[in-house]
This record gives sequence, C-alpha cells and structure tokens, in this order.
Amino acid sequence: MTTTAIEKTGGRTVPQRDPGAEHGPRRPGRLRALGLPYLLLLPALVLEILVHLVPMLIGIVMSFKELTQFFIRDWGTAPWAGLDNYAVSVDFDAPVGEALLKSFLTTCLFTLLSVGLCWLIGTAAAVFMQETFRGRGLLRTLFLVPYALPVYAAVITWAFMFQRDNGLINHVLHDQLGLTDSPPFWLIGENSFITLLVVSVWKGWPFAFLIMMAGLQNIPREIYEAAALDGAGVWQQIRRITLPSLRPVNQVLVLVLFLWTFNDFNTPFVLFGRAAPESADLISLHIYQSSFQTWNFGTGSAMSVLLLLFLLVVTGLYLTLTSRGRKSADA
Amino acid sequence: MRRIRAAAVGAVTLSLVLSAAACGGGSPSGGSGDNSRPGTLTYWASNQGANLEVDKKVLQPELDKFEKRTGIKVKLEVVPWSDLLNRILTATTSGQGPDVLNIGNTWSASLQSSGALLPWDEKNFERIGGRDRFVESALGSTGVRGQDPAAVPLYSMAYALYYNKKMFAEAGITKPPATWDELVATGKRLTKDGKAGIGVEGSNLSNNIHQVFVLGKQHGADFFTPDGKADFTSDGAVAAVKQYVDLMAEHRIVAKGNAEYAQNQSLSDFAKNRTAMVLWQTAAATFKAQGMDDSAWGVVPAPVPSGKPGRGTAVNSMVAGINLAVFKNTKNIDGAMKFVEFMTGDEEQKILNKAYGSIPPVTSAQADPAFNTPALAPLRRTLATSAAALPQVPEESQFETVVGTAVKELFADAAAGRPVTTASVRAKLEKAQQQMPNT
Repeated sequence: MTTTAIEKTGGRTVPQRDPGAEHGPRRPGRLRALGLPYLLLLPALVLEILVHLVPMLIGIVMSFKELTQFFIRDWGTAPWAGLDNYAVSVDFDAPVGEALLKSFLTTCLFTLLSVGLCWLIGTAAAVFMQETFRGRGLLRTLFLVPYALPVYAAVITWAFMFQRDNGLINHVLHDQLGLTDSPPFWLIGENSFITLLVVSVWKGWPFAFLIMMAGLQNIPREIYEAAALDGAGVWQQIRRITLPSLRPVNQVLVLVLFLWTFNDFNTPFVLFGRAAPESADLISLHIYQSSFQTWNFGTGSAMSVLLLLFLLVVTGLYLTLTSRGRKSADA
Repeated sequence: MRRIRAAAVGAVTLSLVLSAAACGGGSPSGGSGDNSRPGTLTYWASNQGANLEVDKKVLQPELDKFEKRTGIKVKLEVVPWSDLLNRILTATTSGQGPDVLNIGNTWSASLQSSGALLPWDEKNFERIGGRDRFVESALGSTGVRGQDPAAVPLYSMAYALYYNKKMFAEAGITKPPATWDELVATGKRLTKDGKAGIGVEGSNLSNNIHQVFVLGKQHGADFFTPDGKADFTSDGAVAAVKQYVDLMAEHRIVAKGNAEYAQNQSLSDFAKNRTAMVLWQTAAATFKAQGMDDSAWGVVPAPVPSGKPGRGTAVNSMVAGINLAVFKNTKNIDGAMKFVEFMTGDEEQKILNKAYGSIPPVTSAQADPAFNTPALAPLRRTLATSAAALPQVPEESQFETVVGTAVKELFADAAAGRPVTTASVRAKLEKAQQQMPNT
C-alpha cells in the first residue's frame, strides 16, 4: 500500500503537471511545494528516531559494555567489554554460543514452515473466495477473526487448550478420537514446536489472506474471461494469470511475514512462560532470557545486534534479488 | 520512480528489522532518595492472597488507615509474581519505580548488588524501631552477610508437608510420613485410581529451587561454594535434584501432568482430593480459597532422612518470606520510612499475617495466639529450628532461573517416559552451571 501511495506522489512530481510550475515563477509557492513533503514526513521521522533509532543505538552501545546486574542502575559506570560479548555469543563450542546457534536454527525452521503455511493457506483461501457465493462475506469476516483478536488473549486461550490434563486439544485427540495411547504434552518437551507452529499459523494466515484478497481484486476479470475463451482451465488460470499477477504483492507479503515470524516474541512467551522448552526456543525469547533472566544485558544486546545484522543482510539480499527480477521482467 | 519505490520499501522494512534490536531503553540514573514529593507514595505489593483482588481487599483498608494517620496517600499496585522481578529490573534500569515494594526474600542479595534498594544501616533501622524487633532467621535472608540489609522482613513462611485427611483415611493411613522413605511408601499406597500420592509444580522454577535446595542441604550440598561460586554439579546437588524428580520418574507417586504445572494447580488437585500430599509454604489460605475446609487437611514438618528436623543435614525448609524494600530513587524518603515503620509495626503485622496465613517476622507480633494454631505451629517451629536461608549471593536470581529450568526439563523427561539417571541429571546441571556468569 505504501508503494502505491509513493507511486502517485512520484507521478505528480513530473514538472509540467506541478501546480507550482503552472503558476509561473512564484518562488514561495515553489518552496512550499518542495518543503511540504518533508514537513509532512517530519512527525513520522521524529517518532521513528525516538522509538526505533535511539533505543537501537543504545542497544548497540550496550553490546560493547559489561552490563551486568552490578551496573544496571547506572549504565555509564559499566566497564567497556570490547568485543567480548560478541565473542561469547558466537563461540559455538561453548554453551552460550551453542545454545544461541541452536535457537537460531530452530527459529529458521520455524519461520520457514510458518511463513510457508501462512502463505499457502492464505493464498488458497483468497483464490477460493474470489467466486461469489452465498455466505462469502460471512466467511471472509470469520477468516479475519484471528487477525482481529488481541494476541495475548488469543494465545492465552491456546495455552489453556493445549494443557495436558484439562485442555480441549487432548480432550478431542485422546478422549474422543482415541488417537494417542496417553494424553501427550503440548507445552513442554518436543511437541511444543508443533504447538508453536499451530498457533503461529493460526495467527498469521489471515494477514496473508487479506493481502492476497486485495491483490486478487486488482487483476482485471477480462483476462480470466479471455483465458477461459481460449480454453484455459482453472488450474491453468491460477498458474498463468493469478500467480504472476500477484508477484509484486507476494514479494512484500513474504518479506513482512518473514520478519514478523522471525521476531515473534509474544506467542512463545505467552505459551511457555519465561523458560521455553528447547524445541521451541525462538531467538527473540532466547535473547530476552539471556538479558533479563541472567541479568546480563551486555551479552543480550550483542545477540540482538547479531540478529539485526542477520535480518538486514537477508532483507537486503531479498530486495536486491527480487528487484533485479522485476527489472528484467519490466525490460 | 522505481528508485523511490525501492527506497520506500527499504525504509519500511528497515524499521521492521530495527524493532528487533530496539530492546531496552530509558536513561541511566544516579543519586538517591529525596523528599521532593512528600504527599504520596507508590507501593508495589506482591501477590500473597488467592488472587490480586484478594490482596487489594486486604491491603486497601490498611493503606487508608495509614493515610488517615500521616496524610500520605499510598497508591497500591499488586504485581503478579510472574512480572514482579522484571518490573523491578526495569524500574532499576530506568530509575522510574515505586517508592516502597515487596520482594521475594530470596532475591535480596541479587537486588542488593544492583544498588537499586536503600540499604538498611543502623540509622535507618532506628527510624523503624530498631533491628532487634525482627526475628534473626528472617534477617538472614535480607542480603549478603556482612552488608547492610537491602530490605526488612514483612511476612515469614516455611515449607511443611500438607496431607489430605480424607484420602489418608480412605487408604487406612493414620500417621503422616516423617522420613523420605516413609513418604515414598505412603505415596505408593495412595497412588491409585487416577489419584496421586504427592503433587509438584514441575514448571514453576522458583518452587523447584526451594525443593532441591532443601534436599541439597540434606545431602550436604549448597549449590554455591563458600566464596560465592556456582557449584551445581557436586554429588550432593546431583543426588538432591535426582531425588526430587524421582518422585515422578522412579517412584511414580506424582501424576505426569504435574510436569507442566506452574500456577498452583497442585494445590487445586489437593483441594479436590486428587492428590494426597503437597510440600508447600503456608498453604492454608489457598486451600480455603479453593473451597477446602480447614478440618480436611493436616500439616506436619517436611520429611528429613532421620525423621527429626534440625540443623545441618536435617534442614527441612528454606526461610521463605517476603521482604519490604525502599527504592533508592524515591522522592519521598521520609514517607517511605514511615510506611515501612507502619507495615512492620505490631498492629499491622498481626492484621496482615493473619489475613495471609503467614507468620510475623517481628518477635513481639509473633506472640499473638493467632500464630500458634495447629496450622501455623509446625511452620513456626520449622522457621525457628530447621530452616535455612537460600544462598545470599548476587547470582541467586540467575541460580533460580537456570537450575529451576534444569529441574523443569528433567520433569518433562520423566513425564515423557525418558529415563532420568544420575548422568542425565548431572548433564543438565552442568549445562545450567555453564550459563552462570563468571564460571
């Protein structure tokens, strides 16, 4: 959506159509026209600096300090640690680094599966909802419910449902369907990865659905009609028209889903509390634990900065690759 | 145009990415309390009642009383246990915190090392009636030995063995166990028909620590060396942790589901006649809140190998309790002192400890007959004769987290039917020790 807005603004800056240009050499007006966009952007810029950039810079400074419990009251007195915090974090043979690496790999797998499933379910639902049928509006609303619910309330409910002895999931799987020999644990042990994935997909796919639905509505119906006249089946229409037309939407959607999922803190924290099981030890929770549970904010910040670098690299690569793809497609 | 679009996408993405690193914040703070805001106090209370509302009902009339006497308005916030330590840490980092706050007494040394709390030197103690008003064992859990305490004791508690009289009668058991062997044997007789001998809170890290600390004492282990270094892998520590987890893994007198308990579900099971015993601290008020009559349960000192609790390896409880601390950055230091004096005065000590079913750590208030009931007498005796304070070292809070987590994971193993061996226990404790700073 942001891109569309920018595109329009960009269109208006073409000299001949510029309102300032039409009125001849009235300098103040021109200045106003030039300054206005920046003036409008100013509040966002100030907030961005205050809310994101300043804490981030503080975080980077912290990562070079030995910021343990003895110094948290007055950060300034914490001794400089050089690269020690980073060395500890990436020493994969030692316990701290090994745990971080494991958590990182778990997060990669989790993100891959979660984003993949969110995209698949969201896209499939959006495609099927293109046809008009009775109850479509109701279904659309229903599908968006997980997205509209407050995260905490929703995840707490899931945590109740996943309880071993009194939870709804085991009541259905074990008591009613008899699928397991004994009621499995969902909130501790290996199964917690599945629990996390289920909740994450449940929470994430409506967003994919929403964006895909918007994308689909931009594809002119005539193209489908023409394709149908030419004898293309439903599957061919999806493959040859729908998916290629959705490419730009997909590029942004996948990136946003990736970043949200990779950074997700609320879901594991609410599900598992302050000590997540190893199999569901996502990186954001791991970093939180490294900072708040062991009161070692220096190491925690170093891990945060490493995560930031990783995400920047991935995002940069992704944008470069996809924009290159787009350029060649445009040409 | 394309460039602008790319820049916009880049900017939006960058801001999303950046939120990953934007943890922490606030400004460094220095200085200590003054009297620039004398009319009000903010008080963070810990959750002592059955729920937060109960605490508000208990505390508000007392705070009104304080306001009537001193003209100082106290703004109360009851903070759940799951948030309290984090809230204190955040307040310490930002310098924006309450004036007076409750802390778990085991955190005293950790919080003391952060310098966030006002030290209780002789002069400060004089302002609230003197250090000797307090019971010595309770003062033993207020900070590193040899330093001025970081807080003063407010409520005292001790662990004891609670047993469900109805379930004991049904199984034909007349005498509650006094040794661990007896406890296991009794537990086995009681474990049948979907009911369990004893309950645990396997995912509650603090409770795990309390239990294995006491067992460690009985095995002659301390979890920290005398000079304050982590020592989680000694034979005694390994044996203690294994003994506790074996209640589920080997003896099978704990229901598997307890491995994920962390919100006092074991007490609820006990009140519903599903579990026959629990090792808990001052549980009377909780049982009542769960609808269990006082006559339906009994309480005896927690088991020790010899059957006779005492010092050394006959310790059968930690010194449990809540301390009251003054935040160093307070803007109303005189008011905060008055409030601490009020809360630790004889009258309030009796009212509050009666309401919460705990024991006053103030000697003169302890004499009240209300604290000598059958429910409280064993706890008082335990506190006086056979309770030990958790290690008073700055790393105590980290110890609770890493060893508490190790025990949680071992319970998860036991519940999944994986073997819990001396080697697997040692491996978990080794991993925990490696996570400690400076090891």
